[in-house]
Amino acid sequence: MNNKVPNNRAWLLVLPMLVLVAFSAIIPLMTVVNYSVQDVLGPNARFFTGTEWFQSMLNDDALQAAFLRQISFSLIILAIQIPLGIGIALIMPKRGWQASAVLILITLPLLIPWNVVGSIWQIFTRGDIGLMGWGLRELGINYNITRNAGDAWATIILMDVWHWTPLVAMLCYSGLRSIPEAYYQAARIDRASKWAIFRYIQLPKLTNVLVIAVLLRFMHSFMIYAEPFVLTGGGPGSATTFLSQSLTTMAVGQQDLGPSAAFSLIYFLVILLVSWVFYTTIMNMQKDKPPHGGA
Amino acid sequence: MSLHLQNIDHIVNGVPHISGIDLALEPGSFNVLLGRTLAGKTTLMRLMAGLEPPTRGKVMMDGKDVTNVSVRKRNVSMVYQQFINYPSLTVYDNIASPLKLAKQPKSEIDKRVGEIAEMLHIEQLLNRYPQELSGGQQQRTAMGRALVKDADLILFDEPLVNLDYKLREELRDELRELFKARNCIAVYATTEPNEALALGGNTAVLHEGRLLQYGPTEQVYREPNGRFSAEMFSEPPINIVPGQLTDTEITFDQTLHFPCDDKLKRLEPGDYDFGVRASHLTLQPQQADDLALDVHVDVAEISGSETFLHVHHERFPLVLHLAGIHQFSINQPLKVYFPTHQLYAFDKQGHTVHIPVRQGGAAHG
Repeated sequence: MNNKVPNNRAWLLVLPMLVLVAFSAIIPLMTVVNYSVQDVLGPNARFFTGTEWFQSMLNDDALQAAFLRQISFSLIILAIQIPLGIGIALIMPKRGWQASAVLILITLPLLIPWNVVGSIWQIFTRGDIGLMGWGLRELGINYNITRNAGDAWATIILMDVWHWTPLVAMLCYSGLRSIPEAYYQAARIDRASKWAIFRYIQLPKLTNVLVIAVLLRFMHSFMIYAEPFVLTGGGPGSATTFLSQSLTTMAVGQQDLGPSAAFSLIYFLVILLVSWVFYTTIMNMQKDKPPHGGA
Repeated sequence: MSLHLQNIDHIVNGVPHISGIDLALEPGSFNVLLGRTLAGKTTLMRLMAGLEPPTRGKVMMDGKDVTNVSVRKRNVSMVYQQFINYPSLTVYDNIASPLKLAKQPKSEIDKRVGEIAEMLHIEQLLNRYPQELSGGQQQRTAMGRALVKDADLILFDEPLVNLDYKLREELRDELRELFKARNCIAVYATTEPNEALALGGNTAVLHEGRLLQYGPTEQVYREPNGRFSAEMFSEPPINIVPGQLTDTEITFDQTLHFPCDDKLKRLEPGDYDFGVRASHLTLQPQQADDLALDVHVDVAEISGSETFLHVHHERFPLVLHLAGIHQFSINQPLKVYFPTHQLYAFDKQGHTVHIPVRQGGAAHG
């Protein structure tokens, strides 16, 4: 028997996966590519537009503004959630029933669906019946997320921090648990301070989970849709209109299929590009640290 | 510095980990803690270091009570079974870290790190990071960190377990050299009798949280004070055969009679456990009065260039330690020669009551 038979079988085994990926990713993506380079007027009326949609999308003022808002939003929540998540992981109990209890409590926000989170916060911030809205009003603070852009931003950020910091905390917690106890003992014997333990043992050992946390949180936050949509509807004005919402308005509201397809592809490439640049930078940083000039 | 543990008990969640250990270590001594897994070696080291205080008893250093002094205020260092180094620091910075924390001047640090690195043969690796090193190099770095600061007490918790065989021998020999010129107390935990013998110094035999015996390593090996101590300190373990002693002879298994050694005659007649080292059993008679036993082969274990041959007599199993590699088939009948002059005798409480007279050169191993 020659070697060809097992080779052909291997292809056969890969086939179901290829079909699945084709339907789940390749065909939808190619449909979008198809729309992005054509103007579709009706079932039998279309013409090729080349890069026209891409150019007009890139030069659209409203989209550029949404893009800047999106970048600011992602950077702000990363700047808050990553340090906060590490901090929470550090003070979480390490063993016993307390550890399980805290883990469950902390995970709860992660289990709530996005639009429910939006609704919860929408009610929470209402001036008449919401605990936070009413409380702030009673304290004499003029808090109104439908009128004041600053309030809307602060609330969305607070909401995202509440919803997603637990993910960062859990990733860090698992990273911390994997550090052998002997490291801490050795540090105590070396008379290392708490800060030194954090800086030279815990943080380096957390690098890998932190890369995952930053990537996940960046991608997630860059695609945020349901929560601000339910909470503020993108307002006041367009102060909290992020990229997905602009896209939805364009594609579903106005049925501008060509431009929204082009926009989707740009959106997708931006996320891919940022994630890739971030990942390779971190990995290269780990690989070639500057040599020490000692001895 | 001298270290004295006085009647130490350590109980964790109601389970005694250390029971009534009293141990005095001399300045400049090299001490081996020998015991199986869970014998309490690591716990005892943690108590010595001050990583935790004992439940009862005192720890004295130079006659001063340091029982409740935190490890941060003591001058100790420790090397672990895992290779523990700061992952984000170079080898140089790792070794320098205890000196930097002690605020030593830069020139002094450079000099000390250079010396230590040279001793440990890692001077060409100073700019590397721990994850770029082999296991042996990582452990050398960890040893460098422990040795650089002139600690009063250096603890090694099975440091060579995770290294390959050749590297272990090499590091073990170097370790003994490193300590020759030092005045600190070194404590080295191991599960392996052969490692204890190779390291020399003093040995403390631990079993289930108790100290069975402490003394110069060779002496503890030759003159175990009890059956457990003898079993812990031999690889393969010493053969124990129950038997009866009368005025003139010893009987194994009610059927095997042989005249007993003159020295044994002073013991009270009665039931004893007799011990003979695996290396003293042979396949050829060594002396005219060797007892010949008919046995069957269970299994032959090859270890390095030696063979541990497990056999069984009608009632009791025996293990032989043979030089060289030998092939045997299962259930193969053999004649094994049992040196009746080299019997240890233990009473039924497990205390040693008779130690055979050494025969020139043959006693070791």
